Amino acid sequence: MQNDAGITVLIPTPLRRFTGGDAKVIVAGANVAEVLDALDAAHPGIGERIRDESGQLRRFVNVFVNGQNVRDGQGVDTRLSAGDEVGIIPAMAGGASI
Amino acid sequence: MTRVPATVGNERTSVLAETAVVRSIGNTPLVRLRRFERHLGLPESIEIHLKLEWVNPGGSIKDRTALSIIESALAAGDLVVGRTLIDATSGNTGIAYAMLGAALEIPVTLVVPESASDERKRTLAAYGANVVYSDPYEGSDGAIRLVREIVANAPYRYFYADQYNNPANTAAHYRTTGPELWTQTGGRLTHFVAALGTTGTLMGAGQYLAEQAPVQLVGVQPAEAFHGIEGLKHLPTAIVPGIFDPSIPDQIEGIDTDEAFDAARALARAEGYFAGSSTGANLAAAARLGSELSLEGRSACIVVIGCDGGSRYLTTGLWDLD
Repeated sequence: MQNDAGITVLIPTPLRRFTGGDAKVIVAGANVAEVLDALDAAHPGIGERIRDESGQLRRFVNVFVNGQNVRDGQGVDTRLSAGDEVGIIPAMAGGASI
Repeated sequence: MTRVPATVGNERTSVLAETAVVRSIGNTPLVRLRRFERHLGLPESIEIHLKLEWVNPGGSIKDRTALSIIESALAAGDLVVGRTLIDATSGNTGIAYAMLGAALEIPVTLVVPESASDERKRTLAAYGANVVYSDPYEGSDGAIRLVREIVANAPYRYFYADQYNNPANTAAHYRTTGPELWTQTGGRLTHFVAALGTTGTLMGAGQYLAEQAPVQLVGVQPAEAFHGIEGLKHLPTAIVPGIFDPSIPDQIEGIDTDEAFDAARALARAEGYFAGSSTGANLAAAARLGSELSLEGRSACIVVIGCDGGSRYLTTGLWDLD
């Protein structure tokens, strides 16, 4: 069910143990950093797998907004609006867009 | 479908032995990493040797696996003319199948997670392989599930190479990698370090080495389920390969992605060898092992598999500029 005020986050298999097995989580946030904060608040422990202590994406993690890799744009500052889809994928030899 | 006589398979087997690219697989160099050992602060009594598997024509250790799987399928008559070789692969095995498929005129279909890099996808296309993409959020296990579906829908069309469950994978390393290492070290190796993906290298070469001498067999896996060491499996949470025998490794080391990346960078800068993240993971495990052994005042000849080269990962965080 699509929540109009929410951002859909797509969770890869190895992180689903934090989400009770859910492949999709809906949270609120105006940019990627806020969405990752909200995701960690809802599912404690998932955040540190994705970002390092300084809040940057870990070297092997790619985040996609509507299929576009945020590393090619504004990174975790990438702005979001309701209905956007945020995907988290361990970088498998790169991956420009999906 | 008409049954193709088994003799076709035999004719193809003889073609195989005469194919140039097949003949250039294996017999890769083994080098001692003296500068890397010094970088780690290890004493002279702890040796680390690296097997340069990226020297294989397809650029990785997987050339051995793919060749052995194709050889045994041809001999058994499973890969008759008209059938397509299909498998799930996170990259290197796919490149090896595609390379051999091109040289041997065997059609190849590969199921690859859609998150694979453009250079990976273009390499497979360059060899003329057919590529099917699986859900990037499901990783390599998602690719395995998709292959099973495709094959179940039309089993007569495919030879499912199934690198995770095919004993020819293990046999490749029992027959070639293991004996090469034994000869190249003059029987001196004390520890064998190999990353666990399909687990074929550790199972095959490890078993061979353990039959020659009491060599310690060290498996390497990612410390966490969510990781960036391509090709490796976190066994507690992944589909465990059928060829994996848990009684073979003497120990299994968990390595963080950052440790693996840092070791690959250190190797490039200390030795001038440009290797991938799984080689980095193996070196990080060897470094840990070497330090422990030196603290105990022991000597060791540690042999590490250099699975593939660094240029396969140019677009990943492995080589991000600091």
